[in-house]
This record gives sequence, structure tokens and C-alpha cells, in this order.
Amino acid sequence: MQNRGDDLVVKVRDLRKVYDLGDSQVVALAGIDLDIHHGEFLAVMGPSGSGKSTFMQITGLLDNPTSGSYWFEGTDVSHLDRDARADIRSRRLGFVFQAYNLLPRTSALENVELPMVYAGIPAEERRRIAIEKMKLVGVDQLADHAPNQMSGGQQQRVAIARSLVNNPGLILADEPTGALDTKTSEDVMRIFTELNEEQCITIMLVTHEPDIAAHAKRIVTFRDGHVVSDTLRLRRFAPPLRMTRVGRFAPPLRMTKWR
Amino acid sequence: MSDFKGILRLALQALVRNKARSLLTMLGIVIGVAAVIVTVAIGSGARQSVQNSINALGSNMIVVQPGSLNSGGARGGFGSASTLTPDDGMALAHLPGVAAVTPTVTVRAQVVANDNNWQTQINGVAPTYTQIRSWPMASGTMFGQSDIASSAKVAVLGQTVVGQLFPGGQNPIGQTILIRNVPFTVIGTLAPLGQSGIGQDQDDTVLIPYSSAMQRLTGLSTVNSIMVSALTADQVSAVQSEVTSILEQRHHIPAGQTDDFQVRNLQSIAAAASSTGAVMEFLLAGVAAVSLIVGGIGIMNIMMVSVTERTREIGLRMSVGARAATILNQFLTESVVLSSIGGVIGIVFGFIGTMLVAALAKWPTQIPFGWVIASVLFSGLVGVFFGYYPAKKASNLNPIEALRFE
Ligand SMILES: Nc1ncnc2c1ncn2[C@@H]1O[C@H](COP(=O)(O)OP(=O)(O)OP(=O)(O)O)[C@@H](O)[C@H]1O
Ligand SMILES: [Mg+2]
Repeated sequence: MQNRGDDLVVKVRDLRKVYDLGDSQVVALAGIDLDIHHGEFLAVMGPSGSGKSTFMQITGLLDNPTSGSYWFEGTDVSHLDRDARADIRSRRLGFVFQAYNLLPRTSALENVELPMVYAGIPAEERRRIAIEKMKLVGVDQLADHAPNQMSGGQQQRVAIARSLVNNPGLILADEPTGALDTKTSEDVMRIFTELNEEQCITIMLVTHEPDIAAHAKRIVTFRDGHVVSDTLRLRRFAPPLRMTRVGRFAPPLRMTKWR
Repeated sequence: MSDFKGILRLALQALVRNKARSLLTMLGIVIGVAAVIVTVAIGSGARQSVQNSINALGSNMIVVQPGSLNSGGARGGFGSASTLTPDDGMALAHLPGVAAVTPTVTVRAQVVANDNNWQTQINGVAPTYTQIRSWPMASGTMFGQSDIASSAKVAVLGQTVVGQLFPGGQNPIGQTILIRNVPFTVIGTLAPLGQSGIGQDQDDTVLIPYSSAMQRLTGLSTVNSIMVSALTADQVSAVQSEVTSILEQRHHIPAGQTDDFQVRNLQSIAAAASSTGAVMEFLLAGVAAVSLIVGGIGIMNIMMVSVTERTREIGLRMSVGARAATILNQFLTESVVLSSIGGVIGIVFGFIGTMLVAALAKWPTQIPFGWVIASVLFSGLVGVFFGYYPAKKASNLNPIEALRFE
């Protein structure tokens, strides 16, 4: 089913996820409506257990929703099987994790090449693209280093390079700075900002820290499986402008406080 | 999806990342394959050497011996059962399909030449003996029919006897030797044959005319055996029954009564020997194959540990786009590569072990090529069989849970 707003990357309607624990049920997502357009840089915030990671997993096609609809780049992906989801992840999605998740005892270069092995890209091209993306995030001189020979910030930048190699339509980052100190976190966020502004890459990241969220253009706040606020910021103008956008089916917005 | 080369590369990378563990995992297969190769090499070497010694006697050969193995009970002495005479041999010589016949009279005796003496086996035979055994001369000539007729005191020496009696390297031809104090003139020497399959020195012998042996050494009118060689291997059984009926006739043995001789054909002895050998070989290889299976269980064990240990890695691979089937293939490839490399290393150790056995225990060995191929294929199969369950387990992981795994 095509349902394409031309630059709509993610379109989610009444998305629900219920975990069945046998004797009880946990409603992780209680009806989410959200649009993400091409070129957006979106931060997802909210208290622990509010459903942020669940939302990222479904958006990242690691899991299917219990009900509701999800269009990714204009295609209905609400009910795909494992293999079909793996193929879209392979071609169109990039992941950055809090724990970096680089393969141990494996060079940075080979780590960055990994998604392209599964996408069936020939070896020379893999190498060329991997080096290109490592240059982009400034870790090309670390190509031969194994993860245990790199700092946390360097590892996360290698992981970002890995998320870029398939030219993804969307990068999903669940607390990418959660394990980093403030200064390194700023470095990593600067890279995300550059990728968004210069390469026009669409990014959605989860964070608990307002300082980190401040790098994004748009902040969505979750609570109890609902979106409770959705604010758009135009970062380029000072003082920061606040705009609130209301989704068609979104619950009434509360005013968000800007620090 | 991902091509085979890519998957193989991923599998190799994963194995190289864990060199020590990979080597330990292979060990079971290495030992299993090496054990198969060594046991089969020993078994088949033994079989081959029995076969060789029988072939050396001539596979077309039929041996007639006095008495019967089948008749139990007390038997008379050596002489009493001996009923074969040189005339029996003569009677067989003209049968169709018979190439050559020789009676043999065997005596162990002390042989003296100048200051040297040596205990050896004296074979009283016809001139056809060297032809039947395909035994070439080294020097001089074999005695002839006239020497038989005249019971000539002439001798042909095997190389071991030459070495013992003429250690200085003198030419033995024309020299006189004493066999039980009877002087014989040496007229020829035999080419060396070496050891027989049962470890007997075939060159430790002296050939003299059978008539001379009977008259001058045993004093008997009978011979120990008669050797008959058929023209071709196909004719052996026909000749065998001809020989039996002629001898029954000559010895006046009524139909249905036990013969006072037995006719044996070396081909059937060879076949019996080699089939017993084959059974032994399979038994040994079976025991060794069990160790291969134990090696396979070792692989499964380590692969299970590896899948658990690498749960997060598997989650990561899936999240960047690996399909379940690709993960399955990768882990299966890892286990097949491990077991196949183990198999190849096992072959190398098997060859080394076989050479050690041959050199230290001096056993005849022979590495059959078919078994080498079979053990590599089998170890590959072990890899598939025992790698499948862990690989399936890996591919069934949920990427989200796998990524969260501590
Ligand atoms: N696999 C699961 N099985 C059962 N319940 C789950 C599962 N995953 C998440 N939940 C529940 O769903 C709810 C939302 O979890 P989620 O991980 O999305 O929260 P979060 O916003 O990411 O929290 P945090 O900020 O702590 O990471 C929680 O109540 C959680 O316990
Ligand atoms: Mg979370």
C-alpha cells in the first residue's frame, strides 16, 4: 500500500506494542502517531519505561508492532516477516547503540565493512565505501585498530561510520552517548549534527539528557507509551525558536519547557 | 543475499579471532582422523604383505601335500603319512593346463664350506622350481634334467647362504660344500628375494636335485610336497580337480573315502587371508571412527558455548541486516571449516604416525588413498551434523534480546 508524502521517511499511526508476560500484559506503546520527514534530526526523550526503546526497535524493523500501521519510505512495513525486515535493515537503516557493539578482536575497518558483507557488496567496493565513511566521521586513521585499542568516543564514531555504509534513509541511535563523558558526548553529537546538516541524513536518537537533545532540531517526549510533546526547534537562529507541531491524531500537547 | 565467499570470510575471521579455542576444538577431529589413518594403514599393510608373499609363490600355484588336515585323530610320524612320490609328480606334468611341476623334499641341515658352516633349509626340487617361483639366477646355472637322472651332487645357493659360507666375497661357483658331510659342487646362485610376508628369509636356502636329496639326505622314496603351476589363473580350479582325480586314481582311493593327500590352491588361501584382513581393518577403523564422533561432539560443545558467548555479536549481525539463514550458514561454515581443517591436520599426523610405526615397529604399512578421502569427507560431515544444532540456535535468536544479552 503506497501512502507517500514525498519526503516522509517514517509514518506511524496508532502504533501499539503490548508485551505478553503470560499472567500480565505490559503496554509499552499505547497508540503512537508520528511523522518523520527526510532530513529531520529528532531526539526522543521521556522517563524510563516510557516506550522509547520499544518505539526505536519497531521503527528500526527489529520487531513488529502488536497493532497499528507503519509506513517506511512509503511502504507498509507493519506486518513483514523476519527476512523481509532484515533486508530493509540491510539496505535502508543504520543503527548506533549505547554499547557500540563492535566485533571484538576485529579491525575498525572490518567492523565498518560488516553490513556490506551481508548486503552482498563486492570486497573492493566495501573497502572504498568503508574508508570514505570513516573519513567522514574522522576515524580513518584508526582503520587497523581493534575495539580494545580505541577510546569509547572513537569506538562510537566507528560505529557511526558502520551505520552509514549503506546510505541509510534513517539512522536510529538508542542512547548513543549513554556510556560517554560530557566532552566526548559533545564530539559525537557534533558528528551527528554534521551528518544531518551536511549529508542531509535523517536521524532519530533516544537520550535522557537535555544537553544532548539540544543538538536535535525536533524533540519528541514519550510518557507511558504516548507522545506527550513534540517541539520543533530551528537551531540556526538565536535565540532558539520554539514551535510546536501537533500530529493529526496526537493527544493534546502540553507546553514543553525549554531550559 | 550474501555470497558464499563473504560467508566463508566471516567464518574464517571468527575462527581466527579465537585461535586457541579453534585449535582445541579441532583436536578431537585431528586425533580421530589420525587414528583412522594409522589403524587402517597397519591393517591394510599387513593384508598387503600376506597377499604379496602369496603372490610371490605364484597365484597360479597348486600345492599337493600328504595327509589331510580334515582327518582328525592321531597321525603317524612324518614318514608314515607320506605317500607322494616323484612319479606322482611326473603323472601330473602332462595334464592340460599345467605349466610346470616340481616335487619338493625339504630338510634342515648343517652346510659347511672351508671354515664356515651354516644351518639352513635344503630344498630338493626339479629344475622347473625356479621357473615356478619366478626366481632368477644371480650367477651360474640351475641344475638340469640330467642332474636329476644321475642324482648329481650339485647345489644352487640362496644369497643368505652365499654370504654366510663365503663371507670374503669369493666366487662360490665351482666350490665344494658339505651337506651332512656329503660334498656338493656349487653350480649357481639365486637372485635375492628378501623376506616373505611372514618374515621368513627366502634367501636362506640351498637347492639340490630332489633325487639327490632323497638318496643322499632323507633316504626315503617319498617327497614332502608337489608344486603344480597352472598356465593361467583361470585354469587353477580345473587343474586342481584334474590333479585330485589323477592322484586318487594312482593311490587307489575309492570314491567317498578320505584322500591320503590334499590339494590346496594358493588363490583360495590368499582370498581367505585377505578377507580376514579386511574384517580386521574395518573393526579397527570402526573403533577409530568412534573417536571421530567423539571429536564431533567436542565441536558441538564448543560451538554451543561459542553461540552463547557471541549472542550480542549475533544480535549485531542481525541488526545490520543478516538474515537468519545467513547466520545459520555462517555458524555451519565455521564448524565445517574447523572439522575439515582438523581432518587435514589429522591426515598429516596420520601419515607421520604411520611412518613412525613402520620405522619403529618395522610393521608393513600401506596408506589407502580411499580412506584418506573418506576420512576428510567424514570429518566434514561431522562438522555439518554437530554444527547444525548450535547454528540453528544462533539463527533463531531474537535480535533485540540478543543485543541486550549480558
Ligand atoms: N521484551 C520485553 N518484554 C516485556 N516487557 C518489555 C520488553 N521490553 C520492554 N518491556 C517493557 O515495556 C516498557 C517500555 O520499555 P522501553 O524499553 O521501551 O522503555 P524506555 O523508554 O526505553 O526506557 P529506558 O529509558 O529505561 O531505556 C517497559 O515497561 C518495559 O518493562
Ligand atoms: Mg531504552
